[in-house]
Amino acid sequence: MEKLIEQFSFGLFIWQSLIFVLLLILLKKFAWKPILNAVNEREEGIKNALAAAEEARKEMQNLQADNERILKEARAQRETILKEARELKNTIIAEAKEQAKEQADMLVVQAQQSILAEKQAAVAEIKKQVSELSIQIAKKVVANELSIKGNQEQLIENLLKESNIN
Amino acid sequence: MFFVFNKKLTFAPILIRLTENQRFMIHQSMRRTLTLLLLTLGWVSYAQHEPLAQDEAGGDLKAKIKADIQHHLQDSYDFTLLSDEETNIHYGFSLPVILWNDGLKIFSSSKFHHGEEVAEAGGNYFMLYHNKIYKTDAEGTLNFDENHHPTNTKPLDFSITKSVFSTLVVSLLIFLLFSSLAKSYVKNGGIGKGIGRFFEPIVLYIRDEIAIPNIGEKHYKKYLGYLLTVFFFIWFLNMFGLTPLGINVTGNIAVTFALSLITFLITNLTANKNYWKHIFWMPGVPMPMKIILAPIELLGVFIKPFALMIRLFANISAGHIVLMSLIGLMFVFKTWLGSSLSFMLAFAISLIEVLVALLQAYIFTMLSALYFGFAVEEHEHEEAHH
Repeated sequence: MEKLIEQFSFGLFIWQSLIFVLLLILLKKFAWKPILNAVNEREEGIKNALAAAEEARKEMQNLQADNERILKEARAQRETILKEARELKNTIIAEAKEQAKEQADMLVVQAQQSILAEKQAAVAEIKKQVSELSIQIAKKVVANELSIKGNQEQLIENLLKESNIN
Repeated sequence: MFFVFNKKLTFAPILIRLTENQRFMIHQSMRRTLTLLLLTLGWVSYAQHEPLAQDEAGGDLKAKIKADIQHHLQDSYDFTLLSDEETNIHYGFSLPVILWNDGLKIFSSSKFHHGEEVAEAGGNYFMLYHNKIYKTDAEGTLNFDENHHPTNTKPLDFSITKSVFSTLVVSLLIFLLFSSLAKSYVKNGGIGKGIGRFFEPIVLYIRDEIAIPNIGEKHYKKYLGYLLTVFFFIWFLNMFGLTPLGINVTGNIAVTFALSLITFLITNLTANKNYWKHIFWMPGVPMPMKIILAPIELLGVFIKPFALMIRLFANISAGHIVLMSLIGLMFVFKTWLGSSLSFMLAFAISLIEVLVALLQAYIFTMLSALYFGFAVEEHEHEEAHH
């Protein structure tokens, strides 16, 4: 210990302190500050880049999810549209059928009505013709019969009876 | 024969005892080394029948190695890389000596001629003795007291010594390295480039594993600059200490004192009310305990940085001593077995020293962060569950 104290060089101590403090100040200003700043910046950059990548990944996932959702929706929509179309088709067909049936029924009814009318007209015609014919016949008969007086009255009576039956 | 050397080696364990567990490993390996050396040496000395003259030369060599190690551990006034003992030529360069004695005296350390000559500056004469500068007369006479310490006056010494020079160079290197890294961020759009990039993970490690967990998310920014600087400063100086340049900056008590003093100052100058309350009036303990704890805690304030100082100094010095001793051993054993064994040991220890260089820097930084954490800790949550 005594030897150490004896060997202690004050000049060396002073120089050493001076050089070290100077080195410390210079390094702090010209080396450590820029180095640590650069490293910090780089670290920040890396951190930001990682965060951005993560963000992008999430966004991508979101997009993908969106896409899937939209696709699903589109598919569902297609289904509904198809279903609606099918229903529409069915209703249209049904309606058409109904209408056709109605039309047909109406036609049938009309036909029937016209047939009936025709028939009635025909019957009327026939009646008319028959009556005319009858009258002509009757005229002839009457002309014939009227020559005989008794027969005339009987004939009228019979004719009236016959016409009543009709 | 071995005794001289053994004594030298025991210096290292003494230093190691002062330190923490992480040095235990080295302590153990050193013990093993010693045992191994004793065994080998025994075997070698039986096998070799050296003449007496050679034995004495061996003793000289050991004394020289010891002196070299001592010399290495201390600071020096010139930067010597190699020296040739026979021709007395030193390869290296001299550094400026700056003294304050009757005014400022600046001259080259080459004037001392490695302590052999008296240097004259501005009418005053200075002499280098045991790595210290003393003021002498023109002949360079030194007066000694009974303890063999020179009584001559020591001028105030602000010389650019080998350690100061190395620190300057390494600091410049650190500054260039990290400022270029900082610039490359701007140029490359936030990504570092070049050699500095290797240190970026370490910077982040210090921020994320040392500063934030110990100090807390809220306050760490204030201290991060110091922690980073002190980590790289200690680490680089430790690593340069392991190169063959032979510098020993962090193994110098003045250097570790300067560093731990700064940690001490930062800790206590930025401390909040809570920190002082925990020192002088520990909450949550009975009254007599508060009185007993106060001086202990106050002592702790000084012991903490003191331990930082001693730990770093002792670890690095011990490492240098062990390493140099093992390298010295290669020359002491003049046998293929002993020398190659020492080489292997020196190699293994230097690998451990590389680890220790990093570890000590880490520990210093870690503990500084811990102390800063104590200084700014907020105890609201703790009081809540009392």
